Amino acid sequence: MKNIPVVVETEGVEVKTTTCYMCACRCGIKVTVKDGEVRYIQGNPNHPLNKGVLCAKGASGIMKQYSPARLTKPLLRKPGTERGAGEFEEISWDKAYGIMEERLGKLREEDPKKFALFTGRDQMQALTGMFAKQFGTPNYAAHGGFCSVNMAAGMIYTIGGSFWEFGGPDLERSKLFFMIGTAEDHHSNPMKVELSKFKRNGGRFIAINPVRTGYAAIADEWVPIKPGTDGALLLAIIREIIKLGMYDRDFLVNYTNSAELIDITTDSHNEGMFIRNDEPVEEGCFDPQNKYWWDRVKDEAVAMRKEGVDPFLTGEFELEDGTPCKPAFQLLKERVEAYTPEWAEGITGIDADTIRRLAHEMGIVARDQKIELPIQWTDAWGKDHDKVIGNPVSFHSMRGLAAHSNGFQTIRALSILMTLLGTIDRPGGFRHKAPFPRPIPPCPKPPTGWGDVKPNTPLNGMPLGWPAGPDDLFVDDDGEAIRLDKGFSWEYPLSVHGLMHNAITNAWRGDPYPIDTLMLFMANMAWNSSMNTTEVRKMLVDKDEEGEYKIPFIIVADAYHSETVDFGDLILPDTSYLERHDAMSMLDRPISEYDGPVDAVRIPVLPPKGECKPFQDVIVELGSRLKLPTFTDENGKRKFKDYRDLVINFETAPGSGIGFLAGWRGKSGEKSMKGEPNPNQWEMYKKNDCVFHYEMPKSFQYMRNWNRGYLHWAQEHNMIRYDEPINIHVYSEILQKFRLAAQGKTEGRQPPDRLRKRVETYFDPLPFHYEPLESQLTDTQKYPLNALTQRPMAMYHSWDSQNAWLRQIHTHNYLFVSPILGRNNGFEDGDWVWVESMHGKVRCMCRFSESLEPGTVWTWNAIGKASGSWGLDAKANESNKGFLLNHVISEELPPHDAGDHVSNSDPVTGQAGWYDVRVRVYKAGDNEASHTLPRFDTVKPLPGMEKKRRNKWQGYVAGKFRKTLGRSGGLK
Amino acid sequence: MTQLALVIDLNVCVGCHACVTSCKEWNTSGEAGPMVDKYAYGENPTGTFFNRVQSFEIGTYPQTETVHFPKSCLHCEEPPCVPVCPTGASYKREEDGIVLVDYDKCIGCKYCSWACPYGAREIDEKQRVMKKCTLCVDRIYDEALPVSERKPACVMSCPTSARLFGDVHDENSEVSKAIRERAGYQLMPEWGTKPANHYLPRRKTEIKIHKDELERVDNPLSKEERLRHNEPGKGPSLDDMSNW
Repeated sequence: MKNIPVVVETEGVEVKTTTCYMCACRCGIKVTVKDGEVRYIQGNPNHPLNKGVLCAKGASGIMKQYSPARLTKPLLRKPGTERGAGEFEEISWDKAYGIMEERLGKLREEDPKKFALFTGRDQMQALTGMFAKQFGTPNYAAHGGFCSVNMAAGMIYTIGGSFWEFGGPDLERSKLFFMIGTAEDHHSNPMKVELSKFKRNGGRFIAINPVRTGYAAIADEWVPIKPGTDGALLLAIIREIIKLGMYDRDFLVNYTNSAELIDITTDSHNEGMFIRNDEPVEEGCFDPQNKYWWDRVKDEAVAMRKEGVDPFLTGEFELEDGTPCKPAFQLLKERVEAYTPEWAEGITGIDADTIRRLAHEMGIVARDQKIELPIQWTDAWGKDHDKVIGNPVSFHSMRGLAAHSNGFQTIRALSILMTLLGTIDRPGGFRHKAPFPRPIPPCPKPPTGWGDVKPNTPLNGMPLGWPAGPDDLFVDDDGEAIRLDKGFSWEYPLSVHGLMHNAITNAWRGDPYPIDTLMLFMANMAWNSSMNTTEVRKMLVDKDEEGEYKIPFIIVADAYHSETVDFGDLILPDTSYLERHDAMSMLDRPISEYDGPVDAVRIPVLPPKGECKPFQDVIVELGSRLKLPTFTDENGKRKFKDYRDLVINFETAPGSGIGFLAGWRGKSGEKSMKGEPNPNQWEMYKKNDCVFHYEMPKSFQYMRNWNRGYLHWAQEHNMIRYDEPINIHVYSEILQKFRLAAQGKTEGRQPPDRLRKRVETYFDPLPFHYEPLESQLTDTQKYPLNALTQRPMAMYHSWDSQNAWLRQIHTHNYLFVSPILGRNNGFEDGDWVWVESMHGKVRCMCRFSESLEPGTVWTWNAIGKASGSWGLDAKANESNKGFLLNHVISEELPPHDAGDHVSNSDPVTGQAGWYDVRVRVYKAGDNEASHTLPRFDTVKPLPGMEKKRRNKWQGYVAGKFRKTLGRSGGLK
Repeated sequence: MTQLALVIDLNVCVGCHACVTSCKEWNTSGEAGPMVDKYAYGENPTGTFFNRVQSFEIGTYPQTETVHFPKSCLHCEEPPCVPVCPTGASYKREEDGIVLVDYDKCIGCKYCSWACPYGAREIDEKQRVMKKCTLCVDRIYDEALPVSERKPACVMSCPTSARLFGDVHDENSEVSKAIRERAGYQLMPEWGTKPANHYLPRRKTEIKIHKDELERVDNPLSKEERLRHNEPGKGPSLDDMSNW
């Protein structure tokens, strides 16, 4: 018998730290490398984010590194072959750069908007956004528009922060925690760590979700709810909290606009606006403290925050000049009057008593289990406090609320509920993460007109910004869109993350205009990242009358043979996460903790495979070749050798001291947050486990919207421009400005007539509930069911569910349905069924489940793959039994009064309404084949990929796939 | 005598499968490896895993529980897999109670897997030997590793720290305490196998609401009442009549 030699772990073994990228969490990892190959990847115990733990994906990183789907060579579609046919030739990087330089150079010189850059990952925007701006194209976005922009916008426009990278529940001190809708894939490992501690500390966890999966499995109570009705639930809870006086009055008076008086004169340009005094406003001040309260004792209007004054929150008053007015809170109270628990029961399917009880639990815990921490702090108005108070009720939510076309207003309702309970940036409630909180809205603004888009000139404004009113919209003189995706137009005024989900359709239709080159990075737009996948695939290869492609040139940068790669004309092979430098930057979306800013890096632990190049280096090279200002000096000379060099030496402005990384700045690394470039910054990160954690003094860790010490510190370190208090917008005057314009009551920009009613309706300054737009336009008698998707924990946010180990956990998906639905429609568990919407239908296998609201069907998303892609065999279950629900979800709404091609999105933010689709489910015919439909032709491996499919058996041992596995070994 | 074991807390396990792949990742290149995969990129892929998570639903809507149940070799104190082994390949270590397989002696007859009532053993179809959880015996005594890392890979990775590791015979150990205080139980004790691994059950936290908590005297609504100043009374009052 031949023995397998015992692995000796000390020879040729090295342990290196870097940052995981198997999903978007970005945990710290330790990678054991043996003889240059990966032996083991484990969580880094010294890392503040994951504290040593790792998830199923992180522990399967090896199979990502050695995936047969990896691209290794730049590829060009063979001349004379059709796009999508998968005929490519290998080319050199030099040639690839040459092609891009020539094409993009010409576009920049003539018409920069004809270049569109869309990236699937929004954690690299500091670089990709900068490139787009410097190029001068308005057509740039990351995937936020089809992910969770409603959560970002709804909360940031209300409390100046949001969940996940921006903030979250303080489970360390919370006593009652609500998770509403699917939210697990955002901040998954830290949430798991905290949730188990929370439960062990005796906290009560309530999950409100149509489906009991994910973390809801360990909830103390599961409250099933009909999809898209969360707003009704939250508004009914708000009503109950107000009715019983369970709100934190002190918090509302001091830290929100609840007591501020609003002009209720009808038919005036001031209608619904705060009444303001005429004291001069400091330049750039985003929320001047020049409003009024109504003094309870003297019964008169007084300047807000006047010493010793206690204002009314309710009532109707008249100013001396006869102006009728009400405090903002009064308007909220009136708004929720009709939203009784009984009303909400009919919409949500949750009985009224349960709704009342949920409100009571929140109200009582927030009020009666107060936390007082002996932390001294000073508020923005100079008042000293000897303690920090917390009301220990917390929430987490992401796509479950966000991916509906009523999500923005629903999330406003959630933010207001959290505010009523007095939980914002307080112990046990919601806490911000640096660089949040931001002003409401944050300062960056999009460009405002065609004058901001000029050849050979950087874009005037940020490609993505935060409009504060109609003047900040990016529209032409007729009020029509300038961006390809129609972001920041009257159709989706607050589309702060863009609308990537409409970019291809709009480019194909030439509406608002045709483009020339579409560059996609890590974005699977020919598959699971597009709505209406079947049609989008056709658009990508569609030609005009002259036989030219409607989208003339497509560049795809990806590390793997995703479904989109075959639709590219030029393919750029990206590296894996173990082969690249990367910065999780303060300029982007860092990984901060509640106690202070945290940023991190990736440092290669392996050399790039084949000719792979990190996409960041490609951007730096292109920026230099195109002589874009940031990348070259005034003489056109290249400034940065590569991305690594740029990260060290780039400053937001000459001498600003602000760059990609906040740690070890200053010439010898002695400064934090701000300081001169440090030539040894990468080495210092490397020595410190690739992470920089700045722990702030305790007195800066809470109440940051109003914490003078914190705001001063943040301003001194250029994290924020103004050190003014960030008061919570219970009432949103910003939304009212859009509404007044739509009503024609204000001068200045007005929406096109077809959109007036839409803007007037949805830009309500107070939250309200409405049926999702698609449902409003669907025959719900015919399509009675809601269809949802989630991702399974082993594949949250992952980019490679074809991974050899992970795909054994989920190798195909089912449509989960209630047994009641099956019984009523004559099909059984495991049967092949059709799921059909008004847009299309998909054949799939069903599985009965008792853990879902019976009017809902759902499936795991992105398990289904197109045949032959991702290095899988044509026979792989993913393409035969696995399916994609995207085929029944449209990227556009049916024609209606707002237009013929309006995005299937939230009318405020442009957030894709993935979860709004209505379907019916019926048994597939007995004679139908047992495989999914639609299916697509099998694609073949591309040049540079592994030529031969792997053997029947694969055994991985520290970087080597053993060809001859002996029969012996084991433990003696 | 030492008996090493895992105690798995079902109250916090969310079924994330971190234990499943971190186990495979460590062990495929370790002394119990390789852990082969068949049709890794093809139809019906299937491979060796020492640890799997079974997920199931209990009850009918809306009283449904979703349970995630990680399962690996339970390192029984009376392991039925050992006496049935014709070659002595399956054995239980005296010093720490870990049940192991000597691949050199294993002939792949599968008697042990038939004898195991828990289905915890996996035949490696390629090597044709029986494989199973070793409690990462090649980690837990490895002096080259920091003390804090001398733990099974699954325990280190588990994001909810649902997996405790230690000596269940030491009554002062973390695992013994957890079993004692949190109703730890064994799987199918009626088989007399005395599994060393234990599970901790789900627990529910509820809040009792008392009626008098719903409305209180310090209710902020009271501050919204108008402070009324009445007009002087018009009719006769005591002031018109009194003779003090």
